[in-house]
Amino acid sequence: MKLRFATLAAAAPLLLAVTTHAGAAAPTPAAVLTAYADIAAAGYADAHAAAKKLQAAIDTLIAKPSDKTLAAARGAWVAARPSYQQTEAFRFGNKIVDDWEGKVNAWPLDEGLIDYVAGEYGGESPENELYAANVIANTSLKVGPDTLDTRVIDAALLEKLHEAGGVEANVAIGYHAIEFLLWGQDLNGTGPGAGNRPATDFDTNACTGGNCDRRAQYLKVVTAMLVDQLKTMADAWAAKGKARAEVTKGDGKAGLTAIFTGLGSLSYGELAGERMKLGLLLNDPEEEHDCFSDNTHNSHFYDAIGIRNVYFGTYTRTDGQALKGPSVSDLVRAKAPDNDAAVRKALDVTVAKMTALKERAEKVERYDQMIGQGNTEGNAVVQAAIDALIAQSKELERAMAVLGIEGVAFEGSDSLDAPGKIHKK
Amino acid sequence: MTGSNVRRTNRRDRCRRFTCGGMLALAGTASLSVAALAVAAGGDSSRVAVLDARELKPGGEATTPGSTDHRDAFSRFSNGIGLDGEARFKLGNAIFRKLWVSSPSSTKSSDGLGPLYNARGCQNCHLKDGRGRPPQADWPEETAVSMFLRLSVPPTSEEERRLLAEHRAATLPEPTYGGQLQNFSVQGHAAEGQMTIAYTDHPVKLGDGTVVTLRRPGYGVSNLGYGPMRADVMMSPRVAPQMIGLGLLEAIPEAAIRAAADPDDRDGDGISGRASEVWSRELGRVTLGRFGFKAGNPSVRQQSADAFNGDMGLSTSLFPRPSGDCTSAQSTCLSAPNGNSPSETDPEVSDQLLDLVTFYARNLAVPQRRGANTPEVLAGKASFAALGCATCHTPMHMTGDMPGQPHLSGQTIWPYTDLLLHDMGEGLADGRPEGVASGSEWRTSPLWGIGLTETVSGHTYFLHDGRARSIEEAILWHGGEAQAARDGYANLSKAERAALVAFVNSL
Repeated sequence: MKLRFATLAAAAPLLLAVTTHAGAAAPTPAAVLTAYADIAAAGYADAHAAAKKLQAAIDTLIAKPSDKTLAAARGAWVAARPSYQQTEAFRFGNKIVDDWEGKVNAWPLDEGLIDYVAGEYGGESPENELYAANVIANTSLKVGPDTLDTRVIDAALLEKLHEAGGVEANVAIGYHAIEFLLWGQDLNGTGPGAGNRPATDFDTNACTGGNCDRRAQYLKVVTAMLVDQLKTMADAWAAKGKARAEVTKGDGKAGLTAIFTGLGSLSYGELAGERMKLGLLLNDPEEEHDCFSDNTHNSHFYDAIGIRNVYFGTYTRTDGQALKGPSVSDLVRAKAPDNDAAVRKALDVTVAKMTALKERAEKVERYDQMIGQGNTEGNAVVQAAIDALIAQSKELERAMAVLGIEGVAFEGSDSLDAPGKIHKK
Repeated sequence: MTGSNVRRTNRRDRCRRFTCGGMLALAGTASLSVAALAVAAGGDSSRVAVLDARELKPGGEATTPGSTDHRDAFSRFSNGIGLDGEARFKLGNAIFRKLWVSSPSSTKSSDGLGPLYNARGCQNCHLKDGRGRPPQADWPEETAVSMFLRLSVPPTSEEERRLLAEHRAATLPEPTYGGQLQNFSVQGHAAEGQMTIAYTDHPVKLGDGTVVTLRRPGYGVSNLGYGPMRADVMMSPRVAPQMIGLGLLEAIPEAAIRAAADPDDRDGDGISGRASEVWSRELGRVTLGRFGFKAGNPSVRQQSADAFNGDMGLSTSLFPRPSGDCTSAQSTCLSAPNGNSPSETDPEVSDQLLDLVTFYARNLAVPQRRGANTPEVLAGKASFAALGCATCHTPMHMTGDMPGQPHLSGQTIWPYTDLLLHDMGEGLADGRPEGVASGSEWRTSPLWGIGLTETVSGHTYFLHDGRARSIEEAILWHGGEAQAARDGYANLSKAERAALVAFVNSL
C-alpha cells in the first residue's frame, strides 16, 4: 500500500499548479485523492472485517446464549466501532456515502419498534404508530393503511420497517439496532449504567422477554445486513469502485472540496453540533450517540481520529499496519506553512480534549452522565471538545481557502463561505 | 390547442415585472445558455418554451446539490449556508424531530407537551419534511397524523367583529374546542375527538371524453371529548405542507408581492390576487401574510411558534400560553401542570430552541430540477404558460436582502406562486374565512419540489386536504379564478395533458 502511494505520487501528472515552499515539491491533487481513496478503502474494509467478527460472536451467542457469549458479542460490537467511526470523515462530501449512511449508522431510534421496552416508555407517542410496535413480538404490523406480514423476519422486512411511515426514528437496521438488541434499554437516566439485557433473551430453552427465536432471528438478519452494507462500501472505494472514481475524476478540485467539506461538516455541524451541543442544550441523557452501550465517548473520539487521518493522509489499520500517503496537509504546507501548522495544532487540541472526554468516561462517569443538568464539571469537558472541534473546522476552512477551493456543490458555483458573492445574479 | 377559453399570460401587465420570465419566449430572444426549444403540443408555433439555465436551480444558489432520487431530497440544507449555518441547521433539525413529554418531567427542557396535541414532535407530521396525507380510514382504523381540522365560529358581537376587522384575530375559536381539533392528549385528559372523512365519487369528463373520477370529501368529527360543538362551527382540514424553500419565500420583498395583487381585477382578466393581511406578533402590527394554506402567518418564526402552540401545546415567547389550544371551557386542561417557569418569562420552548427550529425551517433547501430539458417537459411548460396557470403560479421571483442570511438574499428563485389569495371556487371552498381570505379563497401553493412528493413522502396526495390523488386531479379541482385555466387543461389532448403534468413533476 505504501509503495503504491509513492509510485502514484511520482507518476501522476501535475494537474493543479501548486506553489512549492522551500523547494519541497507538493504532491499533485490526483496523488492526494488516490491516497484518500486508499484510506477509505482500507477503513471500510476494516469496518467490514470487524463486522464479520461481530457476526461470528453473535452466531455463537445465538447458538449458546450465556453471560459469557453475550459479553463477547458486546465486546465485538464495541471493537467494531473504531474502524467504522473513523470512516465517518468520508461522509458529507461523497454523495455515495451520504445516500448510504442511513442504513448503517442511523440514530436516534425508537427502540419500541424492534423489541419490548419498559412500561413507562409506551404511553405518549401514538402518532408514530410504530413507536411500540415490537416486531419481534408481533407477526403482523399496521403501517399506515397497510398490514405488514411480519411472520418471517428477513432483510426485505427490515428494509420495509426502516424509516417506516417516513418517521426517521423508526430505525430498524444498522449498528444501533444491533446495539439495542445486545444491550437493551438504558433505564438509568443520567445515573451510572448501560442497558442490561439478559443473555436468556436469546435462549429458546429458558426464554426471557418472550419470542427468543424471533429476537435471535432479528439479530442474525440485521447483523448480516450490516456486513453486506459495509462490503458494498468497501467495494465502492476499491480499485474500480464508484466512490473512488467519483472523487478522483476531473482536475481534482471537486475531490479536494469533498475532502474539506467532509472534515468541516463532521467536525462542526455533525459532531460538535448535533451529537454533542444538543445534549448539553437539552441536558437529555437520551441525546447520546451510543445510548444503549454507553460507548459514546469512543464514537466521538474515533470520529476525531478519522478527521485527523484524512488531513494527514494516514491511517493505522486494525491489524496495526500504518498507511501513509500524500495529503491535503502537504498541499496546504506547500502553499502556506503557517496555515498547515494552525490546522495541525487545532487537530492536536481536539484529540487532547477528546482524550480527556474518553478518559473521564472510562474512569469517572459515562457520557450520558456528563451531559446531565447541573453537572458543571462534566458539561465543561464536553464543551471543551465542542469548542476544539469548532476551532478546528475554522482552521480547515482557512486551509481550504489557501488552496483556492471554494463551494462544493455545483460545477462552477460560487463559494460556500462567501455567499456575498452570489448576490444579484 | 382547442377551445376559445385559452388565456394568454400576456393579457396581464404582471409579465412586465418579469414574473413570467422564462415562460414564454421566442427562440431568438433566448439569451441563456440552455437553448432547447419546444413547441406547445398542438402545433401553435408562436408558443415555444425554452429552458432558462437558472431554472435548473429553483432556489437560486441556495438550491441543494443533493441527490434528488432519495427520500431525504427535502431534508437538506441551503447551499451556501456555511459551517456555522450547517451546525445550526442540524441542531434545529434535532429540535424538529424531538419528542416532547408532558410536565412535570425530569428533563425540564423537553417537557410542556399538551395537554392537548396533534403530535409530540414537529417531524411526526412533517414526515421527511414533505407533505402530509389524509388517513385512509377513520379512527380507530387509522389515526390522522399529518392532517387535522381547524375550527372557528362566526362573530356574534361587536367586539368580535372589531377584532377581525382590525386583523388582530384571523378567526374566532370554537368556544369549547378552540382553534383546532387536537386528537391526542396527555394522561389524565380526554382527547378532543377524531376527524372523520367520507369521500364520494365525482366523475369529471374531459374534452376528449376521458372520465377522471375525483373524490369529494365530507368532513365530520366523532368521539368528542368535551361535549357538542357550537352549531355554527366551521371546520377546515389541513395536511402538513412540504417544508422546502420557506426562507426564500420569506425573502421575497413584500412590495413585490403586493405589486402583483389585483383585488378588484382592474385588468379584467378574471383573476384577482389579494394580499393577506395578518397580525404580526413579532412586529406588533398588521403585515403581509405568506405562510399557510390561507396565508395566515407572516413569517417562518411565527408560523413555527403557532405550530408549537396549536399542534403540540407548547408555549413560546410569541405564543406564551402553556396550555396551547385549551379553552376556558376545558378547565382541567388550563390548570394542568405546565413547563413554563413560575414567572412565565421562560416559556416551554425557549427562544434559543424556537430560533433553531426557525433557522432549520428557513433553510430546508429546494432541490434541483429533474429532466427539465426534455421536449415533453418543455411542451408542458409552454402549455402551463399558455393556459394561464403561470398567472397565479408565478414562476420567478427575486429575493431581497435578508440581514444575516446572505445565502438567501438576492437570489433568482422559481417557486411558482404569487403568495396571494385567490377564489378557487365552490369545489375547493372550506366555507371558513380566515383573516381576509374568504371561505373559497386560498393562497397559491408553491409548486417547486412537487414532483418529488412520491419519492419523499411515498404518496401523491395534493391540495390543502390531500383530496387529489394525482397532479391531474389537483388541476381538475381548480375552479373560481382558475376555472378557465382548468378548463383549458381539460380540453388538451391526452399527450398535451401528460406533457403539462410532466412539466409540473419536473419542478
